[in-house]
Amino acid sequence: MHLGRREPSNMKRAIPARWLAHACRVLALGVIGVAPALADVVGKDGKIHVTYWEKWVSFEGIAMQATIDAFNASQDKIVVDYYPTSQVDRKVLVATAGGDPPDVAGLWVQNIATFADANALMPLDDFIREDGMTSEEWLARYYPAFAHICTYRGQVFAGISTPAVIALHWNKTLFREAGLDPEKPPRTVAELDEFARKLTKRDPKTGRLVQMGFLPQEPGWWPWIFARWFGGELFDGERVTIGTDPRNLEALRWVASYTHEYGRDDVRTFASGFSGHALNAQSGFMNGKVAMVFQGVWFDNYIRQYKPGLDYGVGPWPEAVPGVSDFAMTEADVLVIPRGAKNPRAAWEFIKFANSHNPQARTREELSGIELTCFLQAKSSPLRAWSPFFGKNHPHPYIGIFRELSASPHAVSVPQMGIWQEYNREFMLVFEQTRLALAKPEEAIAYCQKRMSASWARYQKSLIRHGQVAASTDAREKTEDAR
Amino acid sequence: MTPAEKKNVFTGLAFTSLWIVGLCVFTAYPVIASLYYSFCDYSILKSAVWIGGENYRELVTDDLFWKSLGNTLLYAALSVPLGTAVALALAMLLNCDVRGRSFFRVVFYLPSIVPVVASSMLWLWIFNGEYGLLNGLISPVLGWFGLTPPAWFTDPTWAKPALVLMSLWGVGNAMVIYLAGLQNVPKELYEAAAIDGASAWRRFWHVTLPGIAPVVYFNVVMGLIGSLQIFAQAYIISDAANGGTGTHDGAPARSLLFYTMHLFTTAFHDLRMGYASAMAYVLFIVIAALTWLATRLSRRHVE
Repeated sequence: MHLGRREPSNMKRAIPARWLAHACRVLALGVIGVAPALADVVGKDGKIHVTYWEKWVSFEGIAMQATIDAFNASQDKIVVDYYPTSQVDRKVLVATAGGDPPDVAGLWVQNIATFADANALMPLDDFIREDGMTSEEWLARYYPAFAHICTYRGQVFAGISTPAVIALHWNKTLFREAGLDPEKPPRTVAELDEFARKLTKRDPKTGRLVQMGFLPQEPGWWPWIFARWFGGELFDGERVTIGTDPRNLEALRWVASYTHEYGRDDVRTFASGFSGHALNAQSGFMNGKVAMVFQGVWFDNYIRQYKPGLDYGVGPWPEAVPGVSDFAMTEADVLVIPRGAKNPRAAWEFIKFANSHNPQARTREELSGIELTCFLQAKSSPLRAWSPFFGKNHPHPYIGIFRELSASPHAVSVPQMGIWQEYNREFMLVFEQTRLALAKPEEAIAYCQKRMSASWARYQKSLIRHGQVAASTDAREKTEDAR
Repeated sequence: MTPAEKKNVFTGLAFTSLWIVGLCVFTAYPVIASLYYSFCDYSILKSAVWIGGENYRELVTDDLFWKSLGNTLLYAALSVPLGTAVALALAMLLNCDVRGRSFFRVVFYLPSIVPVVASSMLWLWIFNGEYGLLNGLISPVLGWFGLTPPAWFTDPTWAKPALVLMSLWGVGNAMVIYLAGLQNVPKELYEAAAIDGASAWRRFWHVTLPGIAPVVYFNVVMGLIGSLQIFAQAYIISDAANGGTGTHDGAPARSLLFYTMHLFTTAFHDLRMGYASAMAYVLFIVIAALTWLATRLSRRHVE
């Protein structure tokens, strides 16, 4: 293991300067609200201290800490120091701009393109090559959807920290009460609508909704996925296509059909009781108010915590495009090395450890790397190969479904474009205008197309201004290839 | 300058140097730098490229800029007069000589020191469309007229009015200032007005209001500046009431997209620091213009 380690040549002389620099750093970071990176580059123990800023504090944080502990115990040259950091993307942004980023940052998938375009992330390809693998070999270990998440512009920029697959969850008790077979979820969108109708109840006296079969806005975190589910494209690598791909309009019309069928005001009042509480005790799904939702592999953790014993099932997305019965949405939080990190090589060693596993693991103690993290988080592994223990003893009762969906050739993730956050907001507006009947779907989509086309052109212009035309062109080519 | 005076100056500078350095580094420099960046294509992670007035030209044609400005001005137009009236009314009530006056003063002031996150979460539940306390109270009354209460923060039509009502929660500060102003109005004027047979309304209009005009002016200007910079409540509530999507785009349907929220997402989500800096300077000009207008309009009444 080759480690880029820095040792001060003269400790006595270095101390005042180090203290001064440290004091300045703490002061500056304190002022901008950043958790100070208190660890020195090289500790008194002679080990390299890798600073790792991560958003998670709950069970995901505990799982990641366990993986960090395992890494720290696996060798004696590097120590990873975990700093739970709220609003981590903004803090990493400011710290990177200030030249003092953490060695490893836990970002969201949508940050990769934006940060990479700004030259704020270190590509991992050189590290992979130094370890005797090609990037293709490294990526081939992941399911394709997760390999896609790790790459941008044909380079590897990230490892996975908390992978997720989103699938249909249904309440079996409510299915039984509605006379539906609790073991048979809807297989098509038409069936989903039909089941939703049967599962919807109103108060006989007031007429108010008391239970709904399905609500497009619950939980409402990724409305753009409906467009992809219906076979639509939002970005073709060169152009914004929300308004030019008719399948997007079809998806939005389907969303609008729920408003028309159940009544805008009735749905709004009903949903306001649990909107924004998908993962706590007020959850509409857990309290039997909504019978079917699209949720992630993480959902079981919350069900066990807030509604233990809930009788529910997990299945694939109903068929929206004829013949595509294995559509899935993949998500991930990612580990990246910000440009300017003090210990990039040591950071890579940790990311490599956290994205590997022990394929022979037969006991909980033998689990390692990503499998240890995912086991403790009760999530599926993004790697193709699973160890015998991980597959057979996984705490999630439906992990097999998530594994199947991870492997699906129709699994999609967040579109890789530097202005995705803006695009997502615009799509969110389209979704809201549609479901609240504030605009016709075609009008909302046309407006979004106009705004985002202008934004994309502006973004391209900005890249050119900063001398990144080649990178941009390369991005288009690579995206085309990926497609 | 004598040596003693020089020494005094240097001593003074030495004692204030920390503040001067802080002001220069953390206030003056960012203010000047952001003016420069407002004329640049700047993302914080890449070097700034000078683009002249392009950011300002784009602002003029940006629908979101106008939408957020409109939302903010409407909020200010509703919340400032209402807040002023409620704060003044409360101050006048608490200025009356009643038993337990100190207790009531504390009670009415307390909400203004509740942290904004805590009060936002509280009001989220008060305004909840399904289980909210407010709808629980008004529902039976509206029911007589065949009406149903709104879903407040999840209804684009009612989200802003709900936020305006919520802003009354924090009138305690203004109330205390009015209270101080009211106590400075000479009692002889009230006695003279009473002898002349002036009604309560006339005493308020011809004695109280002119007597506290500078205080009203101060509170209105401060309220105006504060309402034009509304951020935290809207940032928390719009997201929490509408699915917790984390996009902070003023949901529902951008009805709560206020100027500073738009500025924040532009800067920290889209990494368009140059454009956001231009927005900040436009807000500065708007606030300065409205403050000037308030000063002009009140010149006749405020000495």
